[in-house]
Amino acid sequence: MDLLTPELGLFFWTLIAFLALFFILRKFAWGPILSSLGDREKSIADSIATAERVKGEMAQLKSENEKLMTQAREERTLMLKEAKEMKDRIINEAKEQAKAEANKIIIDAQQQIQQQKMAALTEVKNEIGSLAVAVAGKILRKQLSAAEGQEAYMQMLSEDIRLN
Amino acid sequence: MYLKRLFPLLILVFGLSASSFSSFAQGEETHAVAAAEGHEAAGEEKKEGINITELVFGHVSDSHEWHFFSLKGADGHETEVAIPLPVIVYQPGKGLQVFSFSKFHHGGWYLDADGNKISHTTYNGLYVEKNMKEKIKAEDGSVVYDLSLTKNVISMLISVIIILWLMTSAAKKYNTSAIKAPTGFQNALEIAIIFIRDEVAKPNLGHKYMKYMPMMLTVFFFIWVNNLLGLLPGGANLTGNIAVTLCLSLVSFVVLLIRANKHFWGHLLNPPGVPTGIKFLLVPIEIISLFIKPVALTIRLFANILAGHIVILCVVSMIFIFGALSKVAGVGFVPVSLGFSLFMFTLELLVAAIQAFIFTNLTAVFIGQAIEEGHGHEEGHGHSEAAAH
Repeated sequence: MDLLTPELGLFFWTLIAFLALFFILRKFAWGPILSSLGDREKSIADSIATAERVKGEMAQLKSENEKLMTQAREERTLMLKEAKEMKDRIINEAKEQAKAEANKIIIDAQQQIQQQKMAALTEVKNEIGSLAVAVAGKILRKQLSAAEGQEAYMQMLSEDIRLN
Repeated sequence: MYLKRLFPLLILVFGLSASSFSSFAQGEETHAVAAAEGHEAAGEEKKEGINITELVFGHVSDSHEWHFFSLKGADGHETEVAIPLPVIVYQPGKGLQVFSFSKFHHGGWYLDADGNKISHTTYNGLYVEKNMKEKIKAEDGSVVYDLSLTKNVISMLISVIIILWLMTSAAKKYNTSAIKAPTGFQNALEIAIIFIRDEVAKPNLGHKYMKYMPMMLTVFFFIWVNNLLGLLPGGANLTGNIAVTLCLSLVSFVVLLIRANKHFWGHLLNPPGVPTGIKFLLVPIEIISLFIKPVALTIRLFANILAGHIVILCVVSMIFIFGALSKVAGVGFVPVSLGFSLFMFTLELLVAAIQAFIFTNLTAVFIGQAIEEGHGHEEGHGHSEAAAH
């Protein structure tokens, strides 16, 4: 069949056209296109890898931050607690001290009061004694100012002496 | 590869349309010239001046002029609207001749004994013989090498220009911008290029695929663009021409032969682990299978595209066949025929891309077999030998 026999001319021109197309395209089209396609794919892959890495780093940073925050929070709580304890302790100590001081003062005051009281009592006693002596002296002076009184007294004294 | 199964279907459709027509034609009691081919007999309808065989094969075969249509004047004289193309012939002893095909235009045709149309006009001792093909022959019967820029060649040159323009303009964008998102036509092109790279080259050619990418891409786009150009009305049936497909497959075969490594030749000529007696049987088969590869490539593309063209032409021609029976039948058949041809055109659009892909893919498979390093294979053989012992 005629259709199945290839013509020389068309074969010849096809060969030339195809080879020319091949060599021209290889140099001016496929080379640049394929290489920049490869470059682009590589850069996209790199970018994705970098993004992944950065994401990982970010996550790590975030978790570290979280950790730091928790730590700080814990520390704060601890400090607050300590401060509170210290405050309580100081207040308690002060209270204790004040109480002791007050007791001491009270005791001192009581002692002093006692002393003063005793002194006062002694003074009162002395005063009373001297007053009594004075009174007795006055009475005696009064009684002895008169002659019969002196005689009666001398008698009484002599009776005492006799008696002795 | 289901499309391979489509080809018989197309033949069937074609056969049915032809045979259904032939029964009509016989009913018309035409004086059909008895011919060897069944469908040729069907095409011979002299009464209305329609020769479907000539029409169909005139469209699918190469020509020395780019024919668009015929105008029938009021006086019944037909004027052909066609661009005559340059004829380049080489005759040993006479040298190279370049002239326009219009030199043969005056004078008309006569039929010779074999049913060939012969031009009345001769030019420098050359005449044209037309049957399914258009041949330029010498009157003295000497050999004529016809290197004319025929319709197919011109169509191919146009496709080459189109491809060059598309690809280099796209490539410029890559040159100028370092790394940028693709824009416009670049996007469409990249899909095809990446498809060829990832689906054809990488799986078949192994790690050396980059070396073969320019060839794969050129083959793919050359076939695809020419398939599509062939579908245009008035376009040339380039990829449905066996010379073109033979040339393409021979190119890939030569690449295969050059690139084939020792491992490939070793397995081909001296298959390891095969008894000597069987080798005498196996080696010829292997050698035949090697040469079958380009033949398969040639026939597959040629037959697929040619069949598509013939079916479309037949479906369209049916309008005129029925019109020749009666005007009503012709007009009535228009929607049916248009529907069929629309379906065929969309199918052919698909086939254009698929056949380009298949050709490229098979080329890659064949070359991939030839350049295979064969580490996995050796191991496999080792195992089978061990099992045999």
